Amino acid sequence: MLDGTNATVCERTALRINPAKTCQPIGAMYAALGIHGCMPHSHGSQGCCAYHRSHLTRHFKEPVVATTSSFTEGASVFGGLSNMTTALSNIFSIYDPEVVAVHTTCLSEVIGDDLPMMIKKNIAEGKIPEGKHVIHANTPSFVGSHVTGFSTMVKNTIKYLSDKTGETSDSVNILPGYVDPSDMRELKRIAAELGVKITMLPDTSDVLDQPQTGVYTMYPRGGTKVSEIQAMGDAIATLACGDFASKEAAEELEKKCNVPFSLIDLPIGLKGTDTFIDTLRRMAAVPVPASITLERGRLLDLISDMSQYFHGKKVALFGDPDHVVGVTQLLVEIGMIPTVVITGTPGKRFERKVAEIVSKVSPDAHIEANADIHKLHQIIKNRKVDLLMGNTYGKHVARAEGNLPFVRFGFPIMDRTGHRLFPLVGYRGAMYYLDKILDQLFDKADREVPEELFELIQ
Amino acid sequence: MIEILKDRKTQVFTKGDSANALKCDRKSVSGSVSQRACAFCGSRVVLYPISDALHLVHGPIGCAAYTWDIRGSLSSGPQIHRLSFSTDLQEKDVIFGGEPKLYNALTDLIARYKPKAAFVYSTCIVGLIGDDVEAICRRVSREAGIDVIMVESEGFKGTKKTGYQAACDAVYKLVGTGDTSGISKVSINILGDFNVAGESWLIKRYFEEMGIEVVSVLTGDGRVDEIRRSHGAALNLVQCSGSMTHLAHSMERDYGIPMKRVSFFGVEDTSAALYETVSFFKDESLLDRARNVVSGRMKAVMPELRMAKAELIGKRAALYVGGAFKAFSLVRALRNLGMETVLAGTQTGNNEDYELLRDICDEGTVIVDDSNPLELAKFCLEKDVDLFIGGVKERPIAYKLGIAFCDHNHERKICLAGFEGMINFAREVRDSVMSPVWKYVPRRAGRCRIGSPGAEPGPACFPEKEVPHV
Repeated sequence: MLDGTNATVCERTALRINPAKTCQPIGAMYAALGIHGCMPHSHGSQGCCAYHRSHLTRHFKEPVVATTSSFTEGASVFGGLSNMTTALSNIFSIYDPEVVAVHTTCLSEVIGDDLPMMIKKNIAEGKIPEGKHVIHANTPSFVGSHVTGFSTMVKNTIKYLSDKTGETSDSVNILPGYVDPSDMRELKRIAAELGVKITMLPDTSDVLDQPQTGVYTMYPRGGTKVSEIQAMGDAIATLACGDFASKEAAEELEKKCNVPFSLIDLPIGLKGTDTFIDTLRRMAAVPVPASITLERGRLLDLISDMSQYFHGKKVALFGDPDHVVGVTQLLVEIGMIPTVVITGTPGKRFERKVAEIVSKVSPDAHIEANADIHKLHQIIKNRKVDLLMGNTYGKHVARAEGNLPFVRFGFPIMDRTGHRLFPLVGYRGAMYYLDKILDQLFDKADREVPEELFELIQ
Repeated sequence: MIEILKDRKTQVFTKGDSANALKCDRKSVSGSVSQRACAFCGSRVVLYPISDALHLVHGPIGCAAYTWDIRGSLSSGPQIHRLSFSTDLQEKDVIFGGEPKLYNALTDLIARYKPKAAFVYSTCIVGLIGDDVEAICRRVSREAGIDVIMVESEGFKGTKKTGYQAACDAVYKLVGTGDTSGISKVSINILGDFNVAGESWLIKRYFEEMGIEVVSVLTGDGRVDEIRRSHGAALNLVQCSGSMTHLAHSMERDYGIPMKRVSFFGVEDTSAALYETVSFFKDESLLDRARNVVSGRMKAVMPELRMAKAELIGKRAALYVGGAFKAFSLVRALRNLGMETVLAGTQTGNNEDYELLRDICDEGTVIVDDSNPLELAKFCLEKDVDLFIGGVKERPIAYKLGIAFCDHNHERKICLAGFEGMINFAREVRDSVMSPVWKYVPRRAGRCRIGSPGAEPGPACFPEKEVPHV
C-alpha cells in the first residue's frame, strides 16, 4: 500500500497524507465518558457522533454511547438552538443522565452557535431537571487535534462544576491525561499503595473496561462523580499529567478555586513514574511504602537484564504529544536511540521537550510536531531505524519497510484487542512495554535469521 | 425497563401486535443515540473501493481520519484508495477560504500518485464557507488532464442515503465516457457490491463460468476505465439496493439499461439472482450453465448447512444492518440454519422495505428503524436472543449482553456472499453461537442453576449483589 512512498521529502503546505491526529470532538467525547452518569452530546451532523463512537469502540472494544443534535440543512442555516433544546429535553426525559457534556463540531462552530447562551436559555426556561447539569466545550475540528478537544472538555468540566467551600480536604486531584482506562486504574492503584486519597478526572476505568456481566448498562459504575468534581475545588493540590492534555484544566482549577498544581509528564518509564510518585508523596505528605520501592526495583532489574538487547537500537515513534514525550523518555532510559519523533498535534513545545530529552543520546534526531505518518515514513526511508512505535496506523509503514518490528501504543489501536487492559504508565506499564519491545525484536530475528544463528538461549 | 423514545414509537413495530405502518425514512430525533451516520459517510463508502482513483477529503482532519482504510474492500491492483488524503482545513482557511489549499493539494497529489481520476469530497464546513469546489475541480481537471469530480457530500445534507445519491451522481460523470466496442450482448454490471473480503471476485466468477461478461462492478475492486464503459452492458444487477438504485435509474434513463434488484447473500437469493439474470437473456444454454453453477456448489454447501443446522436449530437471532435488502437475505439465510429472527432493524430502510421485511418475518418479530443501543439491548434481552448480526457499534453491546455476534457490515473479513459465503456464514454463526464463553456469562450462568438437569455449573453463579467500587 505504501510502495509509492519515496524518500524525497518535499515541502507540503496544503496536504495531509495519512494523518497522525484526528479532530477535537472525539477527545471531548472521550473525556466526557470519564464523568459518572454523563451523556456526551455532539452538537452537529449525526455523522460526527457516529464516527467518534465507532472509532472509540474500535479502540476500546466497548459500547460507546453519545447523543447528537442531528443537524439538517435547516439547522445549518437557522442555527442549532431548536435542535439543542429538543435534544436536551429528549436526553433528560429518556436517558436520564446526571450530566450532559455538549461539544461542538466544525459545523456548529462555523454557523456560530452560542453554546453558553443556549444552555442558559434552557436552564432559564426550566428545561434542565433539578440537580442535573449541562456543560459544554468548544471543539472546532479545524483547530488543534483530538488532544485539544480532550483538554478543553476536562478544563470546562472543572469550570462548570468544581467549587470551593473554603475548607481544604485531604484529597489530591489527579488529571491523568488522554490515557486508557488501564492507565487510570494503574495510577489509582499507585495512589492507593501510597495511601493518598485522590480524585481522578476524567476516569474512564469501569466505563470503558467493563466486565462481562450479561447486562448492558448505559451508565457504567465508573467515572468521576459530580460531587467529586465539585469537591476538587477543596483539594490540597492538583497533579496534572501531560502538558497537552492536562495543563489547561489544572490552570483553570487554580484560577477558579486556588488549588495549586504541579505539571508533570505522563508517568511513563522509570523517571516519569518516579516523578509522579514523588510529587504525589510530597503533596499528601506521606512516606513511600516498601511495596512501591520493590516494584521499582523489579523494573530496574528488568531493564538491566534487557539492556544488552536494547542498547543503541534506533527507534521511530509517533503518537499524541504527551504519550510520545513519555515513551521517548522511557526509550532513553533503556539505552535506545529515539531517531524520528513525531506528533500530529501542533505545538512547538513538543519539539523543545523531546529535543531536551534526547539531546545527549540523539542530538540529530528528527523531531516534528504537526507532522503526518507519510512524513514519518519518508524520514525513516532516509534514516534507518530498528523499531517503530505508534498507533495502529503505523502497521502499513512497518510492513513497507521490510516488517520493521512494531510496538503499538497510544490511540487508536484498532487491530489488536488486549491492549486496553494493560497500562503504559507506572513501573508495571514500563515492564509490560519493555517485554513487548523485546518480543518484537527477537521475534523478527527468530523468523528471519539463518538456521545456524537461530538460538535457543538468548 | 427503559422506555422507547416517545418520538420513536412509530419507528418500532411488532409483527402481529402493531396496527400502524412503521414510520421510517425520517431524520433521527435530536438527542437520540442514533446508530446512523451522515451523507459524507454514505458517499465515502460507496466510492472508496474505486482503487485507481484519488480520494481527497476537503475539510478538517476528522472526516478523513475516520474513513481511512476502514472498509475491507479489496483491490486486485492499485492501493491508493486506502491512503488518507485531506486538506486538513485550519481556522485561517475557514476564514479566508480553502480554495487555494484544495487546488494545491489536488495538483500535488495528482503529480505524486498519477491517478486515473480524482474524487473531491465536500464536508460540512466546505458547504458553509462557500468554497467553489466545482470550479477548482474543473480547473485541475483541465490542467492535469484527468476527471476531477466533486462529491456533494456535506454531512448535514442527510443520512447515508443522501450520500449514496451524491456518490452515484459523482460516479455517473464517468459512465458513458469510455469505448464500449467488443462488449458482449450477454453482459452485465454488478452495482452495489463493494468487494468486501473479495465478494465481488466470487460473484464475478459465477457469471464468467456461465458465459456472462461482467463489464464492471460498482464499485468493488473498481477501476475508472471499467466504469467509463459500463454503459455498454445489457443489464444492471443491483445488489445493495440503498446505495446504487439511483445510479441504476440514471443508466436506465439515459442508456436504456434495465435493472434487476438481486442479492447474493444466502443460497436461495444467490440462486435466484443467477436464474433471474439468465432469464433476462432468454438463452437456454445459459440456463443449463446456471444450473451447473448452482447445483455444483450446492453439493458443497448442503452438508455444511445440515451440520450447522443440527446445532443451531431453534436459536434466536437479532439483526440490525444498514440496508433493508441485506436484512431480507439474512432472515432467509438464518432460516436455512434453523434459526428464527426475532428482531430485525435497519438504519435506512423505506416503507416498501419494511412492508417486505414484515412479510417475510415470523409473528412476534420486532422490526425497528434507526434504533439505538438501549432499544436494541432491551429487545435482545426480552427476546432472549442467541445471536446478534450487526456492525462495529453493535458488536460490544452484544458481547456485554453475553450474546454471540456476527459482523455483517463492511468491517467483516470473511466473505459471506454466494454459495461459498453461505458456508462461511454457517461456520461463523455456529462458531460464535456455540462458543463456550457464553455459558460463563453471569446472566446465562444464573439461568442454569447448579444441579438442574443437564445444566453445567458456571463459575459466575455468585450471589447477585452490588460489587463495591474500587
